[in-house]
Amino acid sequence: MKRWLLLSLPLLILAGCQSSQSALETHGPSARHLGDLIWLFSGVATVIWLLVVLVMLVALARLPKHAAEGRAERDARMKPVVIAAVIATAVIVTGLTVASYFTTRAIGEPREAVLDITVRGQQWWWQFLYSDPGAGGFETANELHVPVGKPVRLRLESPDVIHSFWVPSLAGKMDLIPGRTNVLTIRADRPGVYRGQCAEFCGIQHGHMSLFVIAEPVEKYEAWAALQRSAAAVPDDADALAGRTVFLSKPCAACHTVRGTEAKGKTGPDLTHVGGRGTIAAGTLDNTRGGMAAWIADPQTVKPGNNMPLVTLAPEELRQISAYMESLK
Amino acid sequence: MSEAQSVPPSDTEFEDGIVEERLRRLWARRRGFWGALAAVDHKVIGRRYIATAFVFLGLGGLLALAMRLQLAAPEARFIDADRYNQIFTMHGTTMMFLFAVPVMEAMAVYLVPLMVGTRNIAFPRLNAFSYWTYVLGGILLWVAFALDVGPDVGWFAYVPLAGPEFSPGKRADIWAQMITFTEIAALSVAVGIVVTVFKQRAPGMTLDRIPLFVWAMLVMAFLVIMAMPAIMLASTTLILDRLVETQFYNPAEGGDSLLWQHLFWFFGHPEVYIIFLPAVGMVSTILPTFCGRPVFGYLALVMAMIATGVLSFGLWVHHMFTVGLPRLGESFFTASSMSIAIPAGIQIFCWLATLWDGRPRFQTPLLFIIGFIITFVMGGLTGVMVASVPLDTQVHDSYFVIAHFHYVLIGGAVFPLLGAIYYWFPKFTGRMMSERAGKWAFGLIFVGFHMTFFPMHMLGLMGMPRRVYTYQPEMPWGNINLFVSLSSLILASGFLLFFIDVVRSYRRGEEAGDNPWGASTLEWAIASPPPPYNFRRIPVVESREPLWDCGETLPVASGLRLDRRELIVTSVVQGLPEAREASPQECIWPFWAALATAFLLIWSIFSPWAVVWGSIPAAAALIAWFWPKGTPEDEG
Repeated sequence: MKRWLLLSLPLLILAGCQSSQSALETHGPSARHLGDLIWLFSGVATVIWLLVVLVMLVALARLPKHAAEGRAERDARMKPVVIAAVIATAVIVTGLTVASYFTTRAIGEPREAVLDITVRGQQWWWQFLYSDPGAGGFETANELHVPVGKPVRLRLESPDVIHSFWVPSLAGKMDLIPGRTNVLTIRADRPGVYRGQCAEFCGIQHGHMSLFVIAEPVEKYEAWAALQRSAAAVPDDADALAGRTVFLSKPCAACHTVRGTEAKGKTGPDLTHVGGRGTIAAGTLDNTRGGMAAWIADPQTVKPGNNMPLVTLAPEELRQISAYMESLK
Repeated sequence: MSEAQSVPPSDTEFEDGIVEERLRRLWARRRGFWGALAAVDHKVIGRRYIATAFVFLGLGGLLALAMRLQLAAPEARFIDADRYNQIFTMHGTTMMFLFAVPVMEAMAVYLVPLMVGTRNIAFPRLNAFSYWTYVLGGILLWVAFALDVGPDVGWFAYVPLAGPEFSPGKRADIWAQMITFTEIAALSVAVGIVVTVFKQRAPGMTLDRIPLFVWAMLVMAFLVIMAMPAIMLASTTLILDRLVETQFYNPAEGGDSLLWQHLFWFFGHPEVYIIFLPAVGMVSTILPTFCGRPVFGYLALVMAMIATGVLSFGLWVHHMFTVGLPRLGESFFTASSMSIAIPAGIQIFCWLATLWDGRPRFQTPLLFIIGFIITFVMGGLTGVMVASVPLDTQVHDSYFVIAHFHYVLIGGAVFPLLGAIYYWFPKFTGRMMSERAGKWAFGLIFVGFHMTFFPMHMLGLMGMPRRVYTYQPEMPWGNINLFVSLSSLILASGFLLFFIDVVRSYRRGEEAGDNPWGASTLEWAIASPPPPYNFRRIPVVESREPLWDCGETLPVASGLRLDRRELIVTSVVQGLPEAREASPQECIWPFWAALATAFLLIWSIFSPWAVVWGSIPAAAALIAWFWPKGTPEDEG
């Protein structure tokens, strides 16, 4: 029994890990075209490599008989073969160039998108600004909810250094460059959580700058968006309520916004609905009450060099503030 | 009568023994500490250059092992984020700027004058200056690292991250200024190589008789001359942004952060070929020796090298495929990047044809060439993959790219370089390296290399970005990373064995003799190690493989003076003798000039006034260097 458990452990871990971050596990049209291209190129490359190595091995193994003819004649006999190989090289790279061109075309210009989201990469987290002229916009962080099957247009910007938005299962990467706006259209084929990570070195915590694209059926997405638009509820739990007071009286509010309160800081992530997120600190910790407490108690140990300062709190205050964060669903 | 007496002594009047004796005195190196600092012999400088570059290879390798230690397990805490970022920056910077480019130039400094049959490199004092500048730049970087102010912005130091706002302190300045040192050093060598190849070839060495190694170094030197100004501009403007608040790269003030990338890669891509083309030259020279026949397709190989050099300036944007390019630009740079596969293909096919027709002798240098072909072809093919804009959007800045460029740089350049060290070591030192240790070293390096770097292709496709100091336990990368880290120990043990073999062979290796491999080029016509004057009499070249075609005795030219250092200047195309030219003596001033330059450059990290006051000692050293000293070499 014990052995069985041990053996199945990897399986359990795999099952628990629902989010994929692989260019070969494709869940959107863009990534699928790119995946096909990767396989095409890999196949061609493998065949060519095998041929070259085979020719080389034969060349090393054979014992040329030189007696009959001079070197000039032998070279003249090899010449057409070499020329043919060079021509073949040219033909193959031309073919691959054309294949690339068609892939780019298939991925296509950003089409009519149902949703426009501004993605702002920051040292070292992701800010998502949902704009919806009808229903009003809202802001969230590190988790990008999108409706399944709909093209979503991301406007990529950066207020500090260059980052790169890369969710391999959905699309190729695109840089976020200060002073510019790049546009990337993504579409998820089925519901799921697709992990991504900053791909351009952006400073000390580049390694902890993950994001999750959460693709949901339209109704579920709409419900989520409606909730996000709403202001934070005043918690009914006593601990959380006390935590709210602590939050507003400490420096927290200088950097963070909780809509519906006086906390209107713009430096850090919007925390209005932080309790609904799966992870905190851009994928560094699970968003449990313990994880949140660990993060607030000592952000510089969890993610050294990040911009969240250490705020001295009494143990009681830490517990209350974590409860408040958890209540912000 | 008196006129006859004033005619200087010439080597036509004397027998070989007497000529040799007088040349030995004339070209003698100065002894002692100050003599060592004053050295201008291309062989002395070249040997120091090569040894120093290999020291940096060892240091860069240790950094790589440190990174592999940290990445062996998820969320490991062996090395903290700040130190790790310094380490990967130092690794890239050291390997590219302090090892790869300098070592290739150093091989040229040592071998090109021998292979073209002259007595010293052109501008030997500039060459000495280059070495000192390079060493001082390397020391600057490594001392800074030891003091915890090593650069931490990556070896391509993208702005705005490397700019004043996001990298306060001096770390990015250290990087940018180290670049200035290596620019100066590289340019100084490059002009020497170009002039040596164009004007100092042995009489009769027409363009189509130049050894392929020399052709490769010539193209490399031109690439250095044309690519370095771009990085010079880039690093200078970065320093200006940081030091005196110019705004070249600040978008908020009308600057542009992408400008840096264009300038950097306009240099950075040719840089790859600055490293790779010398390797092409090495392979094309070593292969014929071990196949017992001239290389197949000499002209095609020369043309392929030149084509590679030209094309290398047209594909810098393929390092920038994810910055958001216009569609037409994408297609152009995809096509241009892929087209470089054609000259690369020509090279590979010519080498295969040489092997096909040859009778290979399986000695260590050839093993490294075989390893090179297997590995480099793979790196080239993944290069075709990253050349495709859409494909690159998935693999760019991932471990796939790390795998790709290590296949190209280690497989494509370091394998041939190690083969070249085994091949030319007897010429450098007069002693053979161990065949047994060489085969083991090759085996460990080859196997260790593939076990280390092949899995990185997979890691990249599985979504692991590069330059992360750690990764989360829930990512499926842990096992592969552990495997890679363990494999890197095999690779490292191979290099360790190589270094041990070098030291052991240098002390106690078997005596080599003039031409241990039975090779065809001119450097093997003289003693090992060569005397300071290289050639007793300047050889006359009548074919592409002089030592194979002329037997034991080469025809020689004479008429050079024996009372001053002299060599023959020939015409660029035909290699016809044009003049006798003096070659400078030992001189301490290049050393002082390099020191003064270093003083200026390092001080200018801290104050713009350094450029004003620091230029005084630099100017003084240069004036002393060029002041006519009334030696016979100063005569017209």
